[in-house]
Amino acid sequence: MAEAVLAVEGLHKRFGALQATHDVSLTLRAGEIHALIGPNGAGKSTLIAQIAGSLRPDAGRILLAGHDITTLGVSARARLGLGRSFQVSSLAEPLSALGNVMIGAQARAGHSFRFWKPVARDARLLGPAREALERVHLGHRADTPVAALSHGERRQVEVACALVLEPRALLLDEPMAGLGPEGSARLTELLETLKHEVPILLIEHDMDAVFRLADRLSVLVDGRVIAHGDGEAIRRDPRVQAAYLGD
Amino acid sequence: MTDPSTDATVPTAAPRLGRQCLVNAGLLALTLLAPLVAHLLGEAYYVNLATRIVLIAMAGVGLNLALGHGGMISFGHAAYFGVGGYVAGISAFHAFDGSLLLGLPGSDDMLVIWAVALAACGLLALAIGAVSLRTSGVYFIMITLAFAQMVYYFATSWPSYGGQDGLPIYLRNGLPLIDSQQPLSFFLVCFALLLAAMAITARLMGSRFGAALTMARLNETRLATAGISPYPIRLTAFVISAMITGLAGALYADLNGFVSPAMLSWHFSGELMVIVILGGVGRLFGPLAGAIVYVLMETLLGGLTEYWLFFLGLVLLGVVLFARQGVIGWLAGGTPHG
Repeated sequence: MAEAVLAVEGLHKRFGALQATHDVSLTLRAGEIHALIGPNGAGKSTLIAQIAGSLRPDAGRILLAGHDITTLGVSARARLGLGRSFQVSSLAEPLSALGNVMIGAQARAGHSFRFWKPVARDARLLGPAREALERVHLGHRADTPVAALSHGERRQVEVACALVLEPRALLLDEPMAGLGPEGSARLTELLETLKHEVPILLIEHDMDAVFRLADRLSVLVDGRVIAHGDGEAIRRDPRVQAAYLGD
Repeated sequence: MTDPSTDATVPTAAPRLGRQCLVNAGLLALTLLAPLVAHLLGEAYYVNLATRIVLIAMAGVGLNLALGHGGMISFGHAAYFGVGGYVAGISAFHAFDGSLLLGLPGSDDMLVIWAVALAACGLLALAIGAVSLRTSGVYFIMITLAFAQMVYYFATSWPSYGGQDGLPIYLRNGLPLIDSQQPLSFFLVCFALLLAAMAITARLMGSRFGAALTMARLNETRLATAGISPYPIRLTAFVISAMITGLAGALYADLNGFVSPAMLSWHFSGELMVIVILGGVGRLFGPLAGAIVYVLMETLLGGLTEYWLFFLGLVLLGVVLFARQGVIGWLAGGTPHG
């Protein structure tokens, strides 16, 4: 078995009396989509926040390509190759789609303490940023302010922002949320080709997309991983049916 | 701090650029020509008034970098303006009586004074910013105010440099090859430095650093997710901002031949904020437009009524309600970083 690109080991997080993350371990291997599913309140967002670096776990470790990143902040993890998208789009609305993606290209191209050269003509930033937008089929909207983009297009910009980092692993938090069937289908297609370059940890409510895309699934309920396996195994697991799929 | 129309990293709007350039050029021409005319008419008072506008505008350019471009609402920029002023005053004081300060002689050379003022304000802002930028929102406003008040009370309680009475500069500090005593020459020096400060701001905001600072203001999470830590970016901008305001302060003390704790007071921090908001937050020419309106109102209306601030309040109200991008936005339209 290939070494895990992203590994979460024995993660614990408690908020007062609430054990939001209870001994969670999971891995993400090269070339796969690993879906994390669970009912509302299962602790998915808390887990994502810990993996992304905005929340510090009480115990456990997180490894990215063998580096222990447990104590690193969000930006340091991004520099080490963790790309992510947010459940609710987090973009700078007055800026163009390109402007949003270029910030990622900028971190990739070195430090940001360059005070003189104009970015508007900087081929080292424009090239990769345009390319990332092309890959999410949004090249024609590059110069449009994000404020004028549709919800679905914003989701695509978010994915482009993550891609431009040339990440080792992608963390996508409900990328299909709010997309129409057509947008959903296009994104599904994109993720299917993408996974061969970058493994994806996918949090998603759209079960059709999850079962179509995921090579493996982990089911989170009350902060614990209650089941783990491929789509077929998860579908048949009685605990999962009781907790989640049944209702 | 999302102001939905202040900028785009990649400019897209062209049609309004012509009008904007025209307005900006008009402002510069007005600022340059008025004192020239005044000089020809022998009205030194009006030359000095123009210098005052230019220096307050320069202090505003500094604040605008933090407040407008960086979204850091500093209510303590008087600290840098005043420290710049005190550098000029204290240096002249020691040069005048030949005494030493920390083993160093004073200097009445502006180039030396500017360098010291820039360094002093940069270091002070590094210390204040390093602490203040750990907070945000209202706490940031209050903590920058608190630091500025500390500097203010320090100055009022230090008798060797005049304490509350302030410190006179008997003879304006000098410059090589230029007669700084002559009002028009001094104006031109200040005007050139204002242009330099604006050019540096424009260049900075177009660079990678500027793109990161813009993103720090618009969406901190996006910046961090892109792999850039917002804190050092903000701190650097805060330091540069303070240095520009501090240089303006050093010149301001030389303009007036006097430096006092009033330059350090929170009133001045507030005035500077009013000027930046009045002119147009995050607009390159905003502080100049704001300073022109502010100083002219103060001079013209202030001569008629001591309640001129009431009218300033009305104007500010109008700007905040109807012209969110200030005088510049109103004159030149809402295009990026004008």
